[in-house]
Amino acid sequence: MALDRRMLLHFDWTVFTTTIALGSVGLLSVLSATWSGEHHAIDPLVVRQLIWIGVGVVLMTAAALFDYRALNSYAYAFYAVTLGLLILVAVAGQSTGGSRRWINLGFLKLEPSELAKLAVVLVVVHCLREEPPRGGWRAHQMLLPAVLVAIPVGLVLKQPDLGTALILLIITATLVFVGGLNWRTMAALIIGAVMAAPIGWHYLKPYQRERLVSFVNPQSDPLGAGYHIIQSEIAIGSGGAWGKGIFQGTQARLNFLPEQTTDFIFAVYAEEFGFAGSMLLLGLYAVLIARGTWIARHARDRFGSLLAVGVSGIIFWQVAINIGMATGMLPVVGITLPLVSYGGSSLIAMMAAAGVLISINMRRYLF
Amino acid sequence: MARLSPARKTRPVPRLEPRIIALTFLVGAILTATAIRLYYLQIIKHHELSQLADRNRIRIQRLPALRGLVYDVHHRPLVDTRPSFDAVMVPEDAPDLGRTVNRLEQLLGEDGAAKRLEDAQEQGRPEFEPVTVEERLNWQQVVTLETHQLELPGVSLQVNPQRHYIYGPLASHLLGYVGEVTMKDLARLPDYRMGDEIGKFGLERAWEGTLRGDSGGQEIEVDAVGRRLRMLREIPERPGDSIIMTIDLDLQRVAEEAIGNRAGALVALDPNTGYVLALASHPAFDPNLFAGGITAAQWRALVTDPTHPLENRAIQGAYPPGSTFKIVDSIAALSDRVLTPQTAYYCPGGMYYGGREYRCWRKQGHGTISVHRAIIESCDVFFYNVGQRLGVDRLAAWAHALGLGQKTGIELDNERSGVIPSSQWKWRRYRERWYPAETLSVAIGQGYVAVTPLQLAELAAEIANGGIFYQPQFVKEVDSIDGTPVKVFPPIIRSRVHIAPAVLDQVRSAMVGVVNAPNGTAHAARLDNVIVAGKTGTAQVIKEAQGVRVKENEGPEKYRDHAWFMAFAPVDHPRIAVACIIEHGGHGGSAAGPVVKAVMQEFFMKNPPQGSSGQITQESRDKRPAVALSDDTDRNDMHEQFDTQTE
Repeated sequence: MALDRRMLLHFDWTVFTTTIALGSVGLLSVLSATWSGEHHAIDPLVVRQLIWIGVGVVLMTAAALFDYRALNSYAYAFYAVTLGLLILVAVAGQSTGGSRRWINLGFLKLEPSELAKLAVVLVVVHCLREEPPRGGWRAHQMLLPAVLVAIPVGLVLKQPDLGTALILLIITATLVFVGGLNWRTMAALIIGAVMAAPIGWHYLKPYQRERLVSFVNPQSDPLGAGYHIIQSEIAIGSGGAWGKGIFQGTQARLNFLPEQTTDFIFAVYAEEFGFAGSMLLLGLYAVLIARGTWIARHARDRFGSLLAVGVSGIIFWQVAINIGMATGMLPVVGITLPLVSYGGSSLIAMMAAAGVLISINMRRYLF
Repeated sequence: MARLSPARKTRPVPRLEPRIIALTFLVGAILTATAIRLYYLQIIKHHELSQLADRNRIRIQRLPALRGLVYDVHHRPLVDTRPSFDAVMVPEDAPDLGRTVNRLEQLLGEDGAAKRLEDAQEQGRPEFEPVTVEERLNWQQVVTLETHQLELPGVSLQVNPQRHYIYGPLASHLLGYVGEVTMKDLARLPDYRMGDEIGKFGLERAWEGTLRGDSGGQEIEVDAVGRRLRMLREIPERPGDSIIMTIDLDLQRVAEEAIGNRAGALVALDPNTGYVLALASHPAFDPNLFAGGITAAQWRALVTDPTHPLENRAIQGAYPPGSTFKIVDSIAALSDRVLTPQTAYYCPGGMYYGGREYRCWRKQGHGTISVHRAIIESCDVFFYNVGQRLGVDRLAAWAHALGLGQKTGIELDNERSGVIPSSQWKWRRYRERWYPAETLSVAIGQGYVAVTPLQLAELAAEIANGGIFYQPQFVKEVDSIDGTPVKVFPPIIRSRVHIAPAVLDQVRSAMVGVVNAPNGTAHAARLDNVIVAGKTGTAQVIKEAQGVRVKENEGPEKYRDHAWFMAFAPVDHPRIAVACIIEHGGHGGSAAGPVVKAVMQEFFMKNPPQGSSGQITQESRDKRPAVALSDDTDRNDMHEQFDTQTE
């Protein structure tokens, strides 16, 4: 591929540095969440996270240099591989806590649902890359992307992983909205979704229902389902303006928080770094997402623009839902905090996605 | 940079732009909402959530202070604290809980453990919090648990301090007992917590503040499952101070043994200080029953016992003083010059007053009699006349001045004041005027008059020391745990009544005669080496028609008279004053006299009289010419009376 001087000049340092900054915040949080007051030893988890950040930076750079337009032709291939992995998980996945989510590769516990986020973005963007007809896309024209999204959503729900399924649906909705869906179709979809909610409730697992109930009223069962929400709020709130300081968060240290390195990592971080730290983290995300939408608006083609929207959307929705959950604004669903939560699959997928953003920005002057 | 770029004009995505901008606004709105939520939690609710975080992790464990010990006047321990063993269990540590509990119940021979565990679970026991499954194990059970430790994972022994009354029921009314605080106590005592021990009765209650000390505490950090991680802060407890009582253990023991299984009370005071040397009340109870929790059945048995073992008769028993009151008559009448030592009345064995006959205890009468012999032989008719001439109000004024009919102020709860009637008192109480005939009953210590044994001991002490009413005290010193004195309690003069020395001499010499003269009513209390002065009394239990008196040792016991004896010794330099009552004992001299004698004997054995000749020294004979045995020796005609007959 041609490496133009202009292209290198437009290497997006904003995306690159905020991504690495977020990864560092994540590393620090994982270090703190796994820190044992007794041994003062660095947990192997931290070392692994550091390695994945390193791998992620390499991948991000590679993705940045790779011409994103080629992704258009690889969309179905990438989608097919991801589907295959999801099926493999359903058949031979490793189960923890009642859900099958990983394929053990030895060096990495691959979580295909993280790849599914990128695959769905790619395949939906592929479907929407042409200009829509006047008045926007009609419902029947959206049938193909609907089916393409429904398959991984079904497989992910089967694991069960409600959080990822939710993210897949929301990101699809975001792309279809930006991609030019007909207003009337959109209204019909929203009404239909609201009407379908009771039916969806019927299909939820009992523990998922409990989470929803306890979200509405955490005190209804403070030792059961509401426990996590209450403990997370206590952790975040007790951090105060400046936080308790690194390794000083008692809520995390004494195991009052669940899933400290993944879903509730924000609570660990906010307890120790306070409101100031929370704002810093939120600010980094805001910069990354704003830059992503800016790239979307300034991309050289429709495919690149939609791809930038998709990547920014993945990051944004996960941040919003994860922090919303940790602060008690949303029910508890298992969604990682992108670039911060522990997990190789998630980290690599998100850093690669950031690389795609850089790639789109670098190539907006190339004709 | 981007704004100035020419590419802006030829942007390929103009149709996407409005919706991307709309999306950007949505993103901004949601991120702003998140920031506001974080501000709310971390800034506004910070304080509250911080407290919740601390409550999550910090458990406060109190360390109750060791209760102070109690010693007798010679620093011999009376009350201490001993280890008591409880069986506790952490159910999480037992892999097969059901089997362990079964084995535990089998080994203890009790089957409450399973229920205790269930109850604790229901009350929301945190994980790894031990449950007390059996309290106050006996030695056998402790040994059994120790030897079968391996079969009982999760079970351990917990040592708790338990109050121990070394001599059981000895001085139980004075020492009192401890028990668990009640909800009512908790409401008014902020320093106490559920399960704390508190003094409930006697010295334990009155000196609670001294004995208790200050409990300490530990702040312990626990993790989410309640496991202890480390101690954050410790406030050490301050053990309670020890109390050195004025009580002499030997004297107390002799007093209680002498009362034996009869109901009654004895108070021995140091007339020069008001210190209580012994204070006994029978029947007694074993305060060890209360330490660590009394069972409902044991408690019910104690409170429904018709002999009222929980009542401290020395301060709560108000009895008619009987003939001991004639001492008050004599002091009042001699002081107010109603009577001279020579004033004589004729006793034919009774007298008529207001159309009724008032009899003397001696049917055949005492003949012509003056105050000295009237006290020695306890002539009723003589004092009927004295009472009549004095009038009830003057008599009451003297009795009050001597401290009768009012609380002595001893530091024990529920002290009774007793009654010294007067015309005013009767009007207040019954809205009735005083009938002069009633004065006759009062004069011989019957009718409305009621005094406590402690008041009578104070009376004896006043006569001994010349009219000083010392506040009765039973605590001499408070020491810290290492034995350094914290506070000493000097004698306190509560009041002083002026009694002319001549009057005192008159009364004292008559009281010496009561004990030492052959015709005295308390010959049984005589000591060989010390001259004892005393006065007997017999208090009627039922208001029988005058003249139909029940003979002592006859009739059902509950109708028999109460026997009184008050005394002090040695008469020239008194060092002990005693009052004793034996309920339904019959005659004062023969029932209460020997008890007082035993106490005095013990006292003078340990504190030998100076110049232990047993005779009155020349010096004292000169000072108090009236105190002389010779006065009585010529009245041998009464000899056969005092041992066998009533007064």
